[in-house]
Amino acid sequence: MKRPGKVGLTLSAPYIIYALTFVVFPLLFSIYLIFHRWDGMSAPVWIGMKNLDRLVSDSLFYQSLLNTLQFLVIQIPLQIFFALIFAVTLNSIKVLRSFFRAVYFMPVVVSGVVVTIVWLQLYSFDNGILNNMLTQVGLPPLPWLVSTSLAMPSIAIMATWKNVGLYTVMFLAGLQSVPEEYYEAATIDGASAVRKFFRITVPLLAPTMTLVVILSTINGFSLFVEPFVMTGGGPLNATLSSVLYIYNQAFSFGHLGYASALGFVFAIIILVAVLVQRKFLETE
Amino acid sequence: MKRNLSSLVTYFFLAVFAAGFLYPFLWMLSGSFKPDFDVMKLSLLSSHFTLGNYALVFSRIPIVRAFFNSLIVAMAVTGSVVVFGGIVGYSLAKIKWKGSRYLTVFLLFTMTLPFQLTLIPLYTMVVKFGLTDNLLGLILPNMMTALSIIMFRQFFVSIPDSLIEAARMDGCSELKLIFKVVMPLSKPAVMTVAIITFLTSWNDVLWPLIVIRNQNLMTLPQLITVFVLGGEAESHLGAELAASTMLAVPILLLYMFFQRYFIQSFISSGVKG
Repeated sequence: MKRPGKVGLTLSAPYIIYALTFVVFPLLFSIYLIFHRWDGMSAPVWIGMKNLDRLVSDSLFYQSLLNTLQFLVIQIPLQIFFALIFAVTLNSIKVLRSFFRAVYFMPVVVSGVVVTIVWLQLYSFDNGILNNMLTQVGLPPLPWLVSTSLAMPSIAIMATWKNVGLYTVMFLAGLQSVPEEYYEAATIDGASAVRKFFRITVPLLAPTMTLVVILSTINGFSLFVEPFVMTGGGPLNATLSSVLYIYNQAFSFGHLGYASALGFVFAIIILVAVLVQRKFLETE
Repeated sequence: MKRNLSSLVTYFFLAVFAAGFLYPFLWMLSGSFKPDFDVMKLSLLSSHFTLGNYALVFSRIPIVRAFFNSLIVAMAVTGSVVVFGGIVGYSLAKIKWKGSRYLTVFLLFTMTLPFQLTLIPLYTMVVKFGLTDNLLGLILPNMMTALSIIMFRQFFVSIPDSLIEAARMDGCSELKLIFKVVMPLSKPAVMTVAIITFLTSWNDVLWPLIVIRNQNLMTLPQLITVFVLGGEAESHLGAELAASTMLAVPILLLYMFFQRYFIQSFISSGVKG
């Protein structure tokens, strides 16, 4: 080729233009907005650190952060537990394996809006199917979405139902790369099934597990449509997620500067969380 | 004997959970054909079959338009992401030029950026460009993704250089080389990028809610969200379920035919749709 430098640059040019417009500029603009008050119409007003001052004393900011943490603390272990069980079980069968895999994965491809609308009815207090089932076996109905302490766990259970298929197929792919000889050797040495699971399977799936934890974390911080449709962030802000709070500040109250500052701080929190998880989970 | 019993238990276990994943969808489907007073029952069967729920949806909201809006946006975004992903990925994998290292590092860096960072600034840009209430406002900011470029790059690296040199000797231009030689050899990568991009675009709700206010320009998931929340469904459960069935069915049909590719795409891209 005559001038590789020129050809390379020309072919990459569309992305460079795209990235300058839709990545670099918004990034710089978000930093600019942190220090301004702006309703989106009149000129932005320089207010120094006021957005950040407001943020550190904003109880709803902490509430949305705690809600996200609550979501993650429930969802991550639940997801890993079920995904591991499903993957190990699926790995042990031959007949119908791809059928079951396809069924378990189905909620992953369907829109969150569909899942949320359906589960909203399942969770209904007065005549929802879950409560009907509970009362039929003589148990009291549960206030799934109407109690402050149960609403976020309910959303976390629904999210687990939606996403567990993804993590199941990831674990399954990981399991299929474990050499059969490991298990054979362990069997000869007289290791029990439980011992094999914890000594061979779990350590070899560790990289997948790290990925699952990181993806779940990013996912939890992206939670939006579920509380938006199901609860509107209620009751009493118990399901106000970080993205829902940004959305409300920007589009319900018109505080674009403040919403941008919130987005910036949440992004930093996500980046730090992911870095910490990488560090702790990958050195093991 | 013992072996048969344990495999029976295994299949029973798997079947119970399979029912748990399937039942809500079947309940939605059957509920969309039931009158409201029958919807909340556990049973999937009803003696009162009705198309009234669908009729109500069609009369209240422009759902056919929304379907085509979603289709236009998802196809435009997918086409663009694949084409530009291929071109840029090729320039990083197969052309030795100074900037390629920096660009790769930059791409990996942008992949780590949470979308919350640029959500509001992007919105203000779309407003400035006059692209609110315009499908271009949904397409332009999503025309390229770092993930797709990196995935193409990774795949192209394994294509032998000798093949590319040979095509160049034959007087093949670089663009022709990409689309006639490199991309056809990379069908798995093209499939993965196309499926993930299409699904992400089709299922996105947040960005359309921000950019589109005119009902005639809304995407399908957005219109249905607004239908359920905005009171136009008037809490007709059957109608809400009919609307969500219409949102789920196109993707589920695709999924039925391309199930293996869907699952493989998610595994190899490690992202969530």
